Amino acid sequence: MDLSKIFRAAVVATATAAASFSAQAADITGAGATFPYPIYSKWADAYKTETSNALNYASVGSGAGIKQIQAKTVTFGATDAPLTAEQLTKDGLAQFPMVMGAIVMVVNIEGLKTGELVLDGKTLGDIYLGAVKTWDDAAIKKLNPSLKLPSAAISVVRRSDGSGTSFNFTDYLAKVNADWKSKVGVGQAVEWPAGVGAKGNEGIAGNVAQTKNSIGYVEYAYAKQNNLTYASMVNAAGKTVKPSMAGFQAAASNAQWKSEEGFYQILTNQPGEASWPMTAATFILMYKDPSDKAASAEALKFFSWAYEKGGKMAEDLDYIPMPANVVTMVKAMWAKDIKSK
Amino acid sequence: MTVPAVSNSSEQLDRARALSAFKLGDATFYWLTRLSALAVLLILGGIILSLIVGAWPAIKTFGLDFLVTRRWAPQLSPSPVLGALGPIYGTLVTSLIAMLIAVPVGIGIAIFLTEFCPPILRRPVGVAIELLAGIPSIIYGMWGFFVLAPFMTDHFMPAVIATFAHVPILNVIFAGPPSYLSLFNAALVLAIMILPFITAISRDVFQTVPPMLKESAYGLGCTTWEVVKNVVIPFTRAGVIGGIMLALGRALGETMAVTFIIGNSFQITGSIFSPGTTISAAIASEFAEADGVHMSALILLGLLLFVLTFCVLAAARLMLARLEMKQGK
Repeated sequence: MDLSKIFRAAVVATATAAASFSAQAADITGAGATFPYPIYSKWADAYKTETSNALNYASVGSGAGIKQIQAKTVTFGATDAPLTAEQLTKDGLAQFPMVMGAIVMVVNIEGLKTGELVLDGKTLGDIYLGAVKTWDDAAIKKLNPSLKLPSAAISVVRRSDGSGTSFNFTDYLAKVNADWKSKVGVGQAVEWPAGVGAKGNEGIAGNVAQTKNSIGYVEYAYAKQNNLTYASMVNAAGKTVKPSMAGFQAAASNAQWKSEEGFYQILTNQPGEASWPMTAATFILMYKDPSDKAASAEALKFFSWAYEKGGKMAEDLDYIPMPANVVTMVKAMWAKDIKSK
Repeated sequence: MTVPAVSNSSEQLDRARALSAFKLGDATFYWLTRLSALAVLLILGGIILSLIVGAWPAIKTFGLDFLVTRRWAPQLSPSPVLGALGPIYGTLVTSLIAMLIAVPVGIGIAIFLTEFCPPILRRPVGVAIELLAGIPSIIYGMWGFFVLAPFMTDHFMPAVIATFAHVPILNVIFAGPPSYLSLFNAALVLAIMILPFITAISRDVFQTVPPMLKESAYGLGCTTWEVVKNVVIPFTRAGVIGGIMLALGRALGETMAVTFIIGNSFQITGSIFSPGTTISAAIASEFAEADGVHMSALILLGLLLFVLTFCVLAAARLMLARLEMKQGK
């Protein structure tokens, strides 16, 4: 058991070696989710220009991010799968949401335009269960009566590594597809019944771009950056919605943020006619009583800056900034819980 | 007259000093080589030990069932169900297919190079084969992913599936739907990767066949095929098998290229056109995110690969020893 911890620490150390060893005193080190990486790196650039303080963020995946903060190799960890209040207390960690984003289904079908294909949660679950095998299956045809879909087999692409994006995606499928819930369940890494595995959001994007008649799930920014065709979804209210800022915000507005629960919040399958069904918040983990208080103070300064000035940049990349009232709650929690002096 | 005496004794002193310097150098050299040899053993022992210690929780949890369980469900709590059958199956199937392709082709190239090839072509072809061995495996992976896989999947696989659709057994092995990331595509890339090992070693040992033997055979009226079959191959069997085993060892453990194109799926479908996984690919894609028993199970997979490779090498040694005994050496 101890040895596996050493192994783990070694992996963690290699992953962040570049980040932590080259870091200067004022540099902030963090590691975790790939889902918010595009916006974190954009913020880091702007922050560096303004304050000359650098942020070194290793986009290694949510699970690895949690492990790195537990191993104390970084000042903050980032995860899309929030820890529960119990887990937080156990490790002495504080958790708060940083930004919200959306997961979209990307497809590669010849001649199909973006947003044309419509899927609902039940059908999507059946595709990922391997029960719906071809694009001209009756279940898909019923949702897309006017589309001409090929009679080719569906190439399902999912994550091969543990992933916060997978966590939110499987959480959504479990809510809308009873078979998925009983056969597979929810998790960062699950027993995928079908498809091929690719590493990271960028891995899925690359695979779908390459493979004809494939489908995969990625954070919206990855779909746009790679010019991938994405599908419309039927939401909890039964309305067909295209991925859009308005739809993500509608889903996010349902959230009931509670500071005492570590802001634990899952935003999939939210009610509301305009709500996009697969929206997710991404979280930051920090020690309540950090060993390097100066570093934590620097990190908090960066987060505070990102809340105040990063909103526009987030929207440019189709992430949703946290609402002002949540930011106030987060800052109150910092003052109360995180000892940075 | 005193001068030569002085120089004589100082000469002797020099001689003794030079000798002792040689001696010291010799002793240092002896100990350095001995330490290097010991270090290899120590490192090997350390690796085995740390693998066993790391794998212990998984061994305790799953026992021998680990080898025959098909499920890989790390998300189940409190106790995940993890079994190595999928990765073991994938490792063996990809290596088997790769060997089926690479052994005849590799030996064929070697025979061509040593027996038929016009001298002007011999060098360029030989260098090209050696270059193949030097290409980093991730390049093979990318080439397999972007070039080979689409071609095989769009043109080769559908034809094979259609051909064998009504032949029993074969219609399971070659069952659709074709997948870009599949056991077969991974095996094909593996075959290309191990080809240079087999060719280079076979060519080198074929060149050791005494010309006298070959010329005697030709003199008796043998065709080139008969010379190769009856003289060259029997004479060099041990070396050729050594090369094949080296290639098999590489095929079993290859990670990067395979992870790229095998699909990382733990399902066993029976079709070689469907995605799968290998032991090393499973470790590479899950290690960073695993913890607890899941992590331990991955280390146990590493231990299994270690044992598998060891068995292959041991089998090769045994085979060679038996061959040599037959030849009465």
